[in-house]
Amino acid sequence: MIHARNLPFVTTLGIFVIAYALCVLQFPNMFSTRVIGNLLTDNAFLGIAAVGMTFVILSGGIDLSIGSVIAFTSVFVAVMVGSFGLNPLIAFALVLVISTIFGSLMGLMIRYLGIPPFVVTLAGMFLARGAAYLISTESVPISHPVIDAIQGFYFRVPGGGRLTALAMLMILVFVAGGIIAGRTRFGANVYALGGGAQSAELMGVPIGRTTVGIYALSGFLSGLAGIAYTLYTSSGYSLATVGVELDAIAAVVIGGTLLTGGVGLVAGTLVGILIQGLIQTYIVFDGTLSSWWTKIVIGILLFVFIVLQRGIIWYSNRRLAESRLREI
Amino acid sequence: MAETNALLEARGIGKSFLGITALDSVDLTLQRGEIHALLGENGAGKSTLIKILTGVYARDRGTIRLDGAEVSPANVAEAQALGIGTVYQEVNLLENLTVAENLFLGRQPRRFGLVDRRAMRDRSRTLLKRYGLDIDVDALLSSYSVAIRQIIAIARAVDLSGKVLVLDEPTASLDGKEVDMLFGVLRKLRDDGLGIVIITHFLNQVYAVADQVTVLRNGRLVGTRALSDLPQLELISMMLGRELQHITRDHQAEEQTVAPLAQAPIRFNGYGKRGSVAPFDLEVRPGEVVGIAGLLGSGRTETAFLLFGIDRADSGGAEIDGKPVALSSPEAAIANRFGFCPEERKTDGIIGDLSVADNIALAVQARQGWAKPISSRQKRALAQDFIRSLDIRPADAERPIKFLSGGNQQKAILARWLATEPRLLILDEPTRGIDIGAHAEILKMIERLCAEGMSLVVISSELEELTAVAHRVIVLSDRRHIAELTGSEVSADAIMQAIAGSARTEAA
Repeated sequence: MIHARNLPFVTTLGIFVIAYALCVLQFPNMFSTRVIGNLLTDNAFLGIAAVGMTFVILSGGIDLSIGSVIAFTSVFVAVMVGSFGLNPLIAFALVLVISTIFGSLMGLMIRYLGIPPFVVTLAGMFLARGAAYLISTESVPISHPVIDAIQGFYFRVPGGGRLTALAMLMILVFVAGGIIAGRTRFGANVYALGGGAQSAELMGVPIGRTTVGIYALSGFLSGLAGIAYTLYTSSGYSLATVGVELDAIAAVVIGGTLLTGGVGLVAGTLVGILIQGLIQTYIVFDGTLSSWWTKIVIGILLFVFIVLQRGIIWYSNRRLAESRLREI
Repeated sequence: MAETNALLEARGIGKSFLGITALDSVDLTLQRGEIHALLGENGAGKSTLIKILTGVYARDRGTIRLDGAEVSPANVAEAQALGIGTVYQEVNLLENLTVAENLFLGRQPRRFGLVDRRAMRDRSRTLLKRYGLDIDVDALLSSYSVAIRQIIAIARAVDLSGKVLVLDEPTASLDGKEVDMLFGVLRKLRDDGLGIVIITHFLNQVYAVADQVTVLRNGRLVGTRALSDLPQLELISMMLGRELQHITRDHQAEEQTVAPLAQAPIRFNGYGKRGSVAPFDLEVRPGEVVGIAGLLGSGRTETAFLLFGIDRADSGGAEIDGKPVALSSPEAAIANRFGFCPEERKTDGIIGDLSVADNIALAVQARQGWAKPISSRQKRALAQDFIRSLDIRPADAERPIKFLSGGNQQKAILARWLATEPRLLILDEPTRGIDIGAHAEILKMIERLCAEGMSLVVISSELEELTAVAHRVIVLSDRRHIAELTGSEVSADAIMQAIAGSARTEAA
């Protein structure tokens, strides 16, 4: 049975399948593990960040700092490894700690100073971007045996595709994210918070701990996305990934998560990412279209989904009103 | 010193907010296996008392004993752990979660560290069976009616706490059959030995389900009585008060002075809105004060909302000077020179961060339209005028209005409307939450305005106040205008008789 709250997800999945089928009709070569493998690898960093964003949006918040944290992470890792000769694994651990603390601090401010998440994470966005510039304004190339090893690692899939370390990392994050959201008390509290902070509090949800946890998780995953981005580009650059938080929001919303919080699935975000990747792949295959078409299609899809969500809310409100009317 | 073996015993509970006393030495005793109704008008202190018992507020004074041991719950979770569970009227459960998720939020059964959905589902089903509910616990809460949700909320609260259950207006949006279902559940819980406190304003429901009743008024305890030997009229007089030795108008003398003066009145014919107030006729002549009386929830405020165009009437029409007018919005009402001081002064009346002068100039500005701003000099002059004539203190037009006392805020809102020179002024509970001195001043002001020929509609739950200022009183019950008292008929006793009379026919 399809619950009303899963309808946006089912719709997204349907749209993805139909769109993919249409693409394959036009370019039969798009139906290959090679294309899918590349699609996953190319979008790995965005996907990892979008999982964090899913939790934030599910709780009714927003995190605008993601793109800047990714840039900071990549520059930090590149400089630590490239200029100071630090072992990449140590640099990774260090940067994950930093980004998690950064996220927790934003969560603390949101909860205990009562500042809206939009404002706090906007400040975080400027702060992280500025810190990245502070480390280096140049693009810092990075080369290290460990990094080369990770980049070179992949499983060969039947059909010539490669399941790279990055793709596997993203899938792992999605699986873990899905379990946390769906099968832990923390996850239940995130949904409760998004359903209504006041009700959640009256029902005994630890609002403070949950809020801090959500933004810490988002910070951690931004850091992880930054590592993925560093591995993907073999460099760190403070001007990179501007606006990635908005791509992440788009993936979350297209994936069927309600922007007002409380309703959505981590799996939906994966489909949202895949749809964005599919459009990019199509443009590559076509060869004549400008890459800006990605943005246009994403824009249209966002509109469609926001209208769809409105429609669902309107419909359920009307049903509610009808049941109320009966009571009067 | 357990002198009684009461389940819950609150003694001398006191609480004030920013120097305004909300509760003054209130007692409440709840026995095991008892349904105890808590009654009182808005602002009587019911919610404050409940919130203190359930750990939302900390009390300033008094003791709470649960099973003979003194307790001081610091938050809702602590109260729950002690055994006191609450079901609120609206904010309660989460509509975006399933029934099972709502029942077990924060205490989900786990297996290998993960939420065990199957166990949660099974336990939810067993739990709800005890309440006679056999529903799909995996469906979203929002797919169920308010009555079912209410029972789910009760099931959760009882499962969590198990000693005391507090229900805040549980029946406010239920129909008759659903109320019966809910009361069936409550009676069963009572027979299981639970102590239940229920807030409601439906008197027939109080008699139907409760054993004891405690009445609060203006933050004080009026009394606790067994319902079996408490006539309804006496209960109503406990709620509305009967210190009747106050000045009442010389109604006979005034009938003569008003009647000949009668220019064309403002007339509402068959005015009403489905689900809000049944159609009524109302006439207000210049220089006349019409009082509106009724218990909480009887349609008093809804009547005011209709008159001022906040709610659109779906039947009948309004007439001014014999010409029909459409009062489709507050803007239209203001254009017809109506004014309205709402009941919820803090949320609907003042704009807290704006200065006194800005607050006063608001309605005048609204009537002029935004294209013709009032100059700051005009505004200041306007404010100074009213600060002087109404004695608003402190006499500082530039101070944000939120720093003024309730009485002075109310005067500023009155000034806002007086500045528009209204033809009809509607006052909803004009003296709620303000001190005695300002109380008398506002009543005097009402008399002065009416002597100057303004028409006023005054809504109040203070019957002495109403009988003191009103020439005529409309009595409301169950969202209908059930009686109109004029001249010498206007008395607190007559109003209470009218309310009791209608309640009795309803119960029958």
